[in-house]
Amino acid sequence: MSFFSQRFANPTRFLRFASAILPWCAAGTIVLLAAGVYFALVDSPADYQQGESVRIMYVHVPSAWLAMAGYATVAMASGVGLIWKHPLADLTAKSASPIGACFALLCLVTGSLWGKPMWGAWWAWDARLTSMLLLFFLYLGHMALLGAFDDAARGARAAAILALAGVVNLPVIKFSVDWWNTLHQPASVSRMGMPAIDPKMLLPLLLMAIGYTFFFATVLLLRIKGEILAAKIRALRLGQVQAARV
Amino acid sequence: MSDYWAMGGYAAFVWPAYGVSALVMAALAVTAWRGLRRKEIDLAQLQAIRQSLQTPIGNEIADNEILGDKRS
Amino acid sequence: MSRLWTMVQRDLRLALRHGSDSLTVVGFFVLTVTLFPFGLGPESNLLERTSAGILWVTALLASMLSLDRLFLSDYEDGSLELMALTPTSLEILVFGKIIAHWLTTALPVIVAAPILALLLHLQADGFVTLLLTLLLGTPTLSLIGAMGAALVLGARRGGVLLSLLILPLYVPVLIFAVGAVDAAVQGLPVRGHLLILGGLLLAALPLAPLATVAGLRQAVE
Repeated sequence: MSFFSQRFANPTRFLRFASAILPWCAAGTIVLLAAGVYFALVDSPADYQQGESVRIMYVHVPSAWLAMAGYATVAMASGVGLIWKHPLADLTAKSASPIGACFALLCLVTGSLWGKPMWGAWWAWDARLTSMLLLFFLYLGHMALLGAFDDAARGARAAAILALAGVVNLPVIKFSVDWWNTLHQPASVSRMGMPAIDPKMLLPLLLMAIGYTFFFATVLLLRIKGEILAAKIRALRLGQVQAARV
Repeated sequence: MSDYWAMGGYAAFVWPAYGVSALVMAALAVTAWRGLRRKEIDLAQLQAIRQSLQTPIGNEIADNEILGDKRS
Repeated sequence: MSRLWTMVQRDLRLALRHGSDSLTVVGFFVLTVTLFPFGLGPESNLLERTSAGILWVTALLASMLSLDRLFLSDYEDGSLELMALTPTSLEILVFGKIIAHWLTTALPVIVAAPILALLLHLQADGFVTLLLTLLLGTPTLSLIGAMGAALVLGARRGGVLLSLLILPLYVPVLIFAVGAVDAAVQGLPVRGHLLILGGLLLAALPLAPLATVAGLRQAVE
């Protein structure tokens, strides 16, 4: 822990680190996503039951994973910020939240598109989609709280507490939604099934998942860099005002 | 070839799914990148002004003050 | 312990003096439940099947109504800062406020619930379970709500923001409460549901005040 705090507490050092690895992250993203999309759309089998619509799985499932990983990132950064007051922690939480929220939204939209041919309806209160919907609301609440105060630091601290409360509640929410869903399972709605995984489906799935992860890291680093620069700009402007008063 | 685009009848679902994913991810990347570029430009301008002003206080803003590091 | 009781008494006196919060909450509860037959149709089968859900969702929304004012008046007139400085731990003060809040807003709802359940044709088997779920569930709602109220102190549009924040956290309580009443109506055992509701309450009892106090401290510092 102290390795990270010493190394990255200094914003200039972090900027240098970020600038060094960003090209690699971006390159990795492009290569992995290109390969993933190729295998997903061209070189993988259709499903026996779901036909070609199973290809939506290759964008739906990675979105779900990244939405959850994103919230874990926000929660961990929030915890670090509250406990150790590491200066970059708040910025990480603030930067990661919108990315995770977008993935949650993508998961919901692609889930609807995947489900419509199967269910005949654009939405079903399937356990996993419902949990993702609630996760999306948790993201929205976090982002709203961040921006609701004039004092940005106050917003960061309140949002951090909320993020921790949310992450503690997530297993409870997941458990109750799963239980609720089995109780009310309408006969006509089949579970949005992951098909029996043909090993040839595993490759595009993994490529896309890792590609999405590289993408998340790239965008996160870009945003954190932006936040640090914004803080520098604010400090400079304040310094100029003070100097001008002399 | 048009058989491929038809995606076994699921074209109306598969292509929008990939399309909206690409769109949202592109938007995320572009906004992050452009925001960063704009801030880099603003920062460069501000630093240039500071150089030319040669403030008498010589307020070098310490790195750990930028983020309000409260631990030191 | 006596400080807890003092805090409860103080807030109760303030609440009774104003009285409007209690009436707002229970009035909203009654009026909204009454709206549902107009929206769903008076057919008793449909109302009977949806009564548990309607009652619980409306009770949940009613409890959210008065939450953003839980700490607001103390925050605005400075007494919250004073309370944060006293040697009494802030947790006890928070508990006192939550108890007073529950007594003035949830209790009237619990009293009104059976009458409204009659209007919605809830089957006789469900009444006792309905009351039990309300007794077990509304304190949890108050606890979670207090945490939300502390976090939005001084925020813009705190009321709406509060609802957005705590809605996902309310869902487990809602699911198991309505599940219990539905099970009772069908003659199935409800012990499991009630145990889970009790478990949620026991988990919220230490954790929610912790987060609430953290929220209050960063609001006044």
